[in-house]
Amino acid sequence: MANSDCIVIQGSNMAECHPVGFQWVSEAKARGAKVIHIDPRFTRTTAVADKHVPIRAGTDIVLLGALINYAITNELWFKEYVSAYTNAPMIINEKFKDTEDLEGLFSGFDSETGAYDMATWAYEMEDDGTSQAGGERGQGDGSADEGDAEGHGASSGESHGSGGPPIGSGRPKRDETLQHPRSVFQILKRHYARYTPQLVEETCGISPADFEYLAKTITENSNRDRTTCFAYAVGWTQHSQGAQFIRTAAILQLLLGNMGRPGGGIMALRGHATIQGSTDIPTLFNLLPGYLPMPKVGTHDTFQQWVDAVGTKEQKGFWADADVYAVNLLKAWWGDAATKDNDWAFDYLPRLSGAHGTYQTAMGMLRDEVDGYFLLGQNPAVGSANGRMQRMAMSHLKWLVVRDFSLIESATWWKDGPEIETGELVTEDIDTEVFFLPAANHTEKAGSFTQTQRMVQWRHQAVKPPEDARSELQFMFELGVKIREKLAGSTDWRDRPLLDLTWDYPVDEEGDPDPVSVLAEINGRFESGPDAGKPLSSYTQMKADGSTSGGCWIYTGVYADGVNQAARRVPGKDQDEIASQWAWAWPANRRILYNRASADPEGRPWSERKKLIWWDAEAGKWTGPDVPDFPADRAPGAQPEPGAGGPAALAGDDPFIMQADGKGWLFAPNGMVDGPLPTHYEPPESHVGNPLYAQQNSPSRVMFAREDNLYAPGAGEPGGDVYPYVFTTYRLTEHHTAGGMSRTLPYLSELQPEMFCEISPELAELTGVEPYGWATIVSPRAAIEVRALVTERMKPLKVRGRTVHQIGLPYHWGVGSEAVVSGDSANDLLGLVLDPNTQIQEAKSNACAMVPGRRPRGPELLDMIDKYRSEAGITLATGHTRITVPDEQSGTLPPGVDPSAGESFHWPSAGAAEAEEEEAAVEHEAQAAQDARTGASGAQPDGGPNGKSPHGTGTAGHETSEED
Amino acid sequence: MARLSFLEWPVIRQFTSGDVTGRGPAVTSGKTRAVEPRTTTADRVVQSVCPYCAVGCGQRVFVKDEKVVQIEGDPDSPVSRGRLCPKGAASEQLVNSPRRVKKVLYRRPKGTDWEELDLDTAVEMIADRFLEARRNHWQDADPQGRPLRRTMGIASLGGATIDNEENYLAKKLFTAAGAIQMENQARI
Repeated sequence: MANSDCIVIQGSNMAECHPVGFQWVSEAKARGAKVIHIDPRFTRTTAVADKHVPIRAGTDIVLLGALINYAITNELWFKEYVSAYTNAPMIINEKFKDTEDLEGLFSGFDSETGAYDMATWAYEMEDDGTSQAGGERGQGDGSADEGDAEGHGASSGESHGSGGPPIGSGRPKRDETLQHPRSVFQILKRHYARYTPQLVEETCGISPADFEYLAKTITENSNRDRTTCFAYAVGWTQHSQGAQFIRTAAILQLLLGNMGRPGGGIMALRGHATIQGSTDIPTLFNLLPGYLPMPKVGTHDTFQQWVDAVGTKEQKGFWADADVYAVNLLKAWWGDAATKDNDWAFDYLPRLSGAHGTYQTAMGMLRDEVDGYFLLGQNPAVGSANGRMQRMAMSHLKWLVVRDFSLIESATWWKDGPEIETGELVTEDIDTEVFFLPAANHTEKAGSFTQTQRMVQWRHQAVKPPEDARSELQFMFELGVKIREKLAGSTDWRDRPLLDLTWDYPVDEEGDPDPVSVLAEINGRFESGPDAGKPLSSYTQMKADGSTSGGCWIYTGVYADGVNQAARRVPGKDQDEIASQWAWAWPANRRILYNRASADPEGRPWSERKKLIWWDAEAGKWTGPDVPDFPADRAPGAQPEPGAGGPAALAGDDPFIMQADGKGWLFAPNGMVDGPLPTHYEPPESHVGNPLYAQQNSPSRVMFAREDNLYAPGAGEPGGDVYPYVFTTYRLTEHHTAGGMSRTLPYLSELQPEMFCEISPELAELTGVEPYGWATIVSPRAAIEVRALVTERMKPLKVRGRTVHQIGLPYHWGVGSEAVVSGDSANDLLGLVLDPNTQIQEAKSNACAMVPGRRPRGPELLDMIDKYRSEAGITLATGHTRITVPDEQSGTLPPGVDPSAGESFHWPSAGAAEAEEEEAAVEHEAQAAQDARTGASGAQPDGGPNGKSPHGTGTAGHETSEED
Repeated sequence: MARLSFLEWPVIRQFTSGDVTGRGPAVTSGKTRAVEPRTTTADRVVQSVCPYCAVGCGQRVFVKDEKVVQIEGDPDSPVSRGRLCPKGAASEQLVNSPRRVKKVLYRRPKGTDWEELDLDTAVEMIADRFLEARRNHWQDADPQGRPLRRTMGIASLGGATIDNEENYLAKKLFTAAGAIQMENQARI
């Protein structure tokens, strides 16, 4: 980021939430870069930015789409880059219909399930190929699970955390002039034609002057000599179309030629020490290590079906070797039991049948379908959306294991949780058995964290853990040993995967396994041949014949030469800016992904100022300070042999080596479950009508129409004025997520002792809330009490004639008796509506009411929540209307009709975008953010009524929360 | 208090110590001068990484008598250049906080308070329950007879604060057991 000429921070409060990383923004600014903060709130980031652009939360696609339109209309896009490195010239299927044609839906929508069939979004192929959309790395959840209609969305945006989905075989048709009406470029141009400064003003609340400043600053700093960087956090991901927010930025960055170049890219600011690592080596339902999908019943029934869905031998790039990565993983796990004859023990893998995410699992607990639950450093009682649902779910468990440093709220809800106070739960009646096992902390064990730029950093052990505290490594290892002992001798085929598991790690005198031995397994090794036993140094050494193994192919090289590369610590001051000898970044220690794009098609740096890697014709290889993210000896003009597949099929100007066509995707012909192009829909509980389409909310969002997940009426629906304000949740510097590692520490608790809200003087006046006094905030899910911080940092916004009042709420506090400080939890206010690509909840734009004073205690609290619900006339259906286009399947209205034009109601909307945290999905990595990658797919039957509703009905609904 | 010798007069120290502006060592008290930072008396310094957000700031962990006595930023790190935010700077309390629980605790069904439990017993009990839950909710196949080979009886949450190696073992063990419901903070 220090090399950027312009940094746009949107959906993040970086100075507050990533303060030490923010030094690089400051550094860029000191070198002359412009820093622009786009956010509903004025924050610590805003305070040091050149410009603050306040925005109504949830409208980011409108703003970014207008920037795309601005760049195209004014001919400010980077023509050579776009023509050579993106899919702008590709021709799309003639059956494709845009949202502009169908009043807010793309072609292929199934109104029964809320899912898209992506076939019509596919490329048109030259005669020798078959076009199809349908690849599905990680669409591990497309189909519904019978008997469980709750939000089985696709999820799996993460499965593309290392590159895009397949596109079928053959060569896509191209029009190098970009004039073909079905070329991606022309489709893009038409799609965003209505995203004008006027639309931005009336939808986002941003003045034309501010828009002009933003558009000029970004485009003036995006060319051969200059680069612009975007930074975001969960202010983008925690929306019902969070992945599409990020894609809009990716499209803009590709159009402006900012991907794969120094000071460019999209920086995903993630919120946990190894949130990236736990996505790469995932403790996630839909993924296996290295972004291989967990197999799904019905579509991945055989090994071949499974690997072909990830990448086929005919396609370009490194995903064509999906079978190799899969065999190496299976070999690492099941050793000699994984053979060619048994398809490398593929059948030892369990199968998915839908979305089995954390929220679906909580609902399974409520149905008594889950007996036991392990919490490994996460505090869902406070950190997850709809906290009450989480706590009630845990009360249905037979047993709960909490591994943490102290007694977090998720360990003590059975005696001091909010439901004990209201009488909904009675301690003596709760049958759940709870084990609290103390955990070793980061100084008491060795191991690696992967930070937000894919860099794997090793921590050395400083001391031994005290008393009963143990590392997770030791706990998991010993649990595995005991389970295997208990099953020893079993002849049940169901136990074979456990008994055949490679589970023999060397341990120290305390029984703690050697973490380096685990790292070595992740890295991989030669299983046979002259080098048998030696570590692999690159994933290109992997073979699909069982002669090599490796637990996570993208990490291969982290233990090259038997050296723990993640532990390298050549001081930064002794290295160049790339600092390639500090720790190790996946893949192959590359620090900037897709850096082939930092050179022009002929292999020359776009400019001296922005050079990173280039073609050395004499040596016949790519060179430069970073590791080239490209076949090292592939000449810029190289063309693949006809019929070539995989890495060999990459032309010399295909920089996006993980994409099936080698190009950055302006248009996603496959993979994004909610549409090939980002389109604006209003947030679920928005009070504002969608100015673009009759379709008010994302038609693909995952909904759960349940008594414990009620939603406020939206725009145009009666009762919406009962919850007239908007709240948004966020982090503070002094606390961390749900507080398990901060509210338990005296220093940090003293710095930020008490739960509060931020409101404007105007809202304080309107509601009668006194500065520093108490206020109670009520949503359809809960009511919480907070202290009021009245500040001009919060500004009411004028949107379409209405004043929008926003309330800011940090979400770090929770109710309990063990932490140094406690307080009501903001996440209790949130409900569950999920992004179908990522299964992440909408948390940044929510409806609420606010009154002065403390909340009632005991059962009266429930009465208060009920009173508001009945006043608003809330039913299960409220906010859960899927389709609001008049004739559901296709639009009968001509494009351009403003569905909300005749409505009288618009109130507030918007919540903040901000926050930080984790998250998510498509993101990953920083710089380089993959261009247009996309999410995966799937269907998602939702539990909500999906019948049509009267035109203009809004919706409400929404969101959730955060945390950890 | 001992009398100051002539040489101890601040003005003399100001000129003899090189601190001519009198804003450094010349004006420190005897008590201050007698204080030694924990960082200099530590037995060893261990390089580590901050456990909070994903920036990945370098830390130096100071150890004395096998106890962590201080944690500071690591100036060698090209990521953080020695800096830590309030959380990273407070991380010594993750080790030494009075709220830290170091013993296994157990709450029995319908119980009103915690009880102590031996660690080995706890792990043994958990292993038994793991296998029972696995069996109770095992699914061989879906309604169409297609193999599922999984259990829905066990779930796990969390991973973004523990190590890559730990996530790896957890995923490996759970997957082999057929337990698919693993999630972490990346979902929210």
